[in-house]
Amino acid sequence: MTGATVPRGQVPAPVNRRPIRPRRIALHAFLLFMAATWLFPLLWAAFSSLRPYGETLRKGFISWPDVLSFANYPAAWTRGEFPQFYLNALIVTIPGVILTLFIASMVAFAVSRFTWRFNLFCLVLFTAGNLLPPQVIIVPLYRLYLLLPIPPPLSDNGLLYDQYFGIILIHVAFQVGFCVFVLSNYMKTISRELTEAALADGAGVWRIYWNVILPLCRPALAALATLEFTFIYNDFFWALLLMKSGDRRPITSALNNLQGQFVTDFNVLAAGALLAAIPTILVYFALQRHFISGLTLGATKG
Amino acid sequence: MVGVPLFFDLALIWGPTVASFFFSFTNWNGIGAITDKNIIGLKNYESLFNSYPFFWPALEHNIIWLGFLMFIATPAGMFMAVLLDRELRGTRFYQTVFYLPVVLSLAVIGIIWRLQYAPEQGFINNALGRTSNENLIDWLGSPSLNLWAALIATSWRHVGYIMVLYLAGLKSVDPALREAAKVDGANERQTFLRVVFPVMAPINVVIVVVTTIEALRAFDIAYIINGGKNGLELLSTLITNNSISESSRVGFGSAIAVILLVISLGPIIVFLTRMMREDRR
Repeated sequence: MTGATVPRGQVPAPVNRRPIRPRRIALHAFLLFMAATWLFPLLWAAFSSLRPYGETLRKGFISWPDVLSFANYPAAWTRGEFPQFYLNALIVTIPGVILTLFIASMVAFAVSRFTWRFNLFCLVLFTAGNLLPPQVIIVPLYRLYLLLPIPPPLSDNGLLYDQYFGIILIHVAFQVGFCVFVLSNYMKTISRELTEAALADGAGVWRIYWNVILPLCRPALAALATLEFTFIYNDFFWALLLMKSGDRRPITSALNNLQGQFVTDFNVLAAGALLAAIPTILVYFALQRHFISGLTLGATKG
Repeated sequence: MVGVPLFFDLALIWGPTVASFFFSFTNWNGIGAITDKNIIGLKNYESLFNSYPFFWPALEHNIIWLGFLMFIATPAGMFMAVLLDRELRGTRFYQTVFYLPVVLSLAVIGIIWRLQYAPEQGFINNALGRTSNENLIDWLGSPSLNLWAALIATSWRHVGYIMVLYLAGLKSVDPALREAAKVDGANERQTFLRVVFPVMAPINVVIVVVTTIEALRAFDIAYIINGGKNGLELLSTLITNNSISESSRVGFGSAIAVILLVISLGPIIVFLTRMMREDRR
C-alpha cells in the first residue's frame, strides 16, 4: 500500500526514518524511566534482603553497603519454616491445577462439541461463578465447611474446614469457571468434522475427548496450567479463612503470620518475601510465552 | 461429564450465593439451627444503612478504589500497551518488567511495599528525611493516607495486567486498517483514537469489566496492611470481619455480601451478554 505513495526508484528508508528519530529516543527514555520505577520496589527488597540488619541500623536505611551477603536468607528460611510452607503450597497447588484442568476440559468439551439444551446455561453458570467476588460466598461457605461431615482419608478432623482437601476443593470449584470459559472458546476453533469423523469411525465420546480433542488443546492447557499455578499458589483469601492451623497454611498466608515475628528485622522479612515469590517468578521466566497466551485466550475471544 | 462438575459448582459457589441471601434476613450467630425466631426481615439492612458506622465509608472506599483503577491505573496500562505495540528494540524486556508484579502474590506485594512505606524503616520516609517522631509520615497507619498507599501498591500490579490484556487486543487488530489510516495521512494519535480504539470496542468492554471486578474483589492488600480497618474498610473486609474473624454476626455479614453481590452483578451481566452475543455469531 505504501508503494502507491512512494514512486519506484527512490530510496524511501532514510526519508521515512529521520523525522521519527527524536521521538524514538523520547519513547525509549520514557519506557526506561517507567521500567526503572516499576522495578524499584522489587530491587529495593532485594537490596534490603542482602544487607545485615545491624549495618542498616547503624548507617541508615539508605546508605552505601559495606557488606552484602545472603545471610538473611537462611535466617528467613528457618525462622519462617519455609520447607513446611513450600510443601503445603505443593500439596494444594499440584492437585488443584490438575483437577481444575481435567474437570474444566471435560465440561468445555461437552459444552463446545455437542449441542444440547443446557449448553449456554452451563457456560453462563461456570463463567459467572468465577467472576463473583469470593467474599460474596465466604460466609455460608465457611459454615458449610464447619458442618459437612467428611470421612477420614480426606479429612483428619471430619470436616472440610482446616483441611488441604477443603482448600483444594474450593480452588477447583472457583477456577474451573475461568478454564471452562477459555477452553470452550479454544475448542470451538477446532473443526467439527473431526469429532463427526471420529464418531463415524465408532469412537466413543470418552475416546474422542481423551485421544482427539485434548491433544489438540495442548497449547491452551499449557497456558492455563501456568496461570492456574500462580493463581492457586498466590492465593491468600481462601487459606486465610478456611484454614486455621498455621502449619497447614500456604506461603502467602504464612507470610502474614510472620510479619509480627520479623517486625524488628526488615531485612529478613524482605528475604522471606523474595523466597515466597521465587517459585512464581521462576515459572514466569521459564514459561512466559504461555502466561501471555493464557491471558490472551481469556480476553480476546470472550 | 458435566454432571459432577456442575454439582460441585452449584454446591460450593451458587449454593452459598443463595444462602448468603437467606442468611441476610436472619440474626443467626452461627450456633445451633436457624428457627423462626431468627428471621428478622430487613433489620440487617436497616442497621447497615442507618446505624452501622463503617458501611458508608467502606462503600466510599470501594468507589474510590474503582475510580482510581478505572481512571488512572487502567488507562496507564492501556497507554503502556499502545507504546509497546510496535517494532521496538527491547519491547520484550519492557513487557516482562511491567508484567512481573502480576505474578507475585498480594501477600508478597504487601511486604515489598511495606519496605517502601514503613514509617521509620521504609524507603520513602528515609528518602524524604521524615523518620523522626515529630515529622514522620505514617503512610499505612493514618486513615487519610493508607487508602492511597494501598491503591498505589495495587496499581503496581494492575497496570501490568491491563497492559498484557490490551496488548493482546491490539495485536489482533487488522494491520491493514492502520496502513489505510496512514495512507490517508492520519498521524499516530489520530490513527489510535479514530481507528484502532473504536475497532477494539469488544476488548475495551472486557477491560472495563475486569477493572470493575478487581475493584469489587479488593481484599488482600487491605487485609495485609491492617486487617481492613481504620481507613481501609472495604465491603469485602467488612464481610469477613463481621461474620468470620471476630464476631459471628452471620446474618449481618451476609447482608453486606448481598449488597456486594448486587453491585457485582452489573459487570458480570455486561460480560455475559457480550459473551452470548459473540456465541450466536
